[in-house]
Amino acid sequence: MNHYETVFIMNPVLSEDQVKETVKRYTAYLKKNKAEIVSEENWGLKKLRYPIAKKKSGFYCLIEYKANGVILSEMDVEFKRDETVLRWLTVKLDKFATEYAVRRRTRLNEPKKSAE
Amino acid sequence: MEKKRNQTEIRYLSPVDIDKRRKEKYCRFKKMGFKYIDYKDPDFLMRFLNDQGKILPRRITGTSLKYQRKLSVAIKRCRQIALLPYVGDNLK
Repeated sequence: MNHYETVFIMNPVLSEDQVKETVKRYTAYLKKNKAEIVSEENWGLKKLRYPIAKKKSGFYCLIEYKANGVILSEMDVEFKRDETVLRWLTVKLDKFATEYAVRRRTRLNEPKKSAE
Repeated sequence: MEKKRNQTEIRYLSPVDIDKRRKEKYCRFKKMGFKYIDYKDPDFLMRFLNDQGKILPRRITGTSLKYQRKLSVAIKRCRQIALLPYVGDNLK
């Protein structure tokens, strides 16, 4: 079991529900393959710095999970088949990166709590 | 002829005080105790790019080799997910 992180960009023409659905599909896929999902982040619609498939913006999503590396190649195929996903990037996190990810999450969550 | 040339030369009574010491460069990652450079933070990575979006060399930023390697990987990843451009002008 290794720590991984995947960022993917979805088509901007999707509705909110469709975005949630695609994200759900991948989390479900991971869970099915015995991966443990650590966190899930939705960055919402963002402008791309260069056009991808003639699109100038996209919905970003970040999933952090612990999984067996074998499933990643299958997930790549899954992403390739999916036309709603413009681009994805999977990165293996080393121990420093996981530490950083934890710190980043607490930093992101803190201002929300104080606002409440 | 000799005399004339001497007159045109500027002469100083005391040695001119030019500050030759350059500001010491340092690796900001080492100083701040970075362990990991995040590729999801384009605003931070922007500091290490010129206005065409090229990665600045170590000799300018003063980053140590260890972190320059990590930095370049982070910038390239950031470009892949379209948070930084591969080419551009007037980024800053």
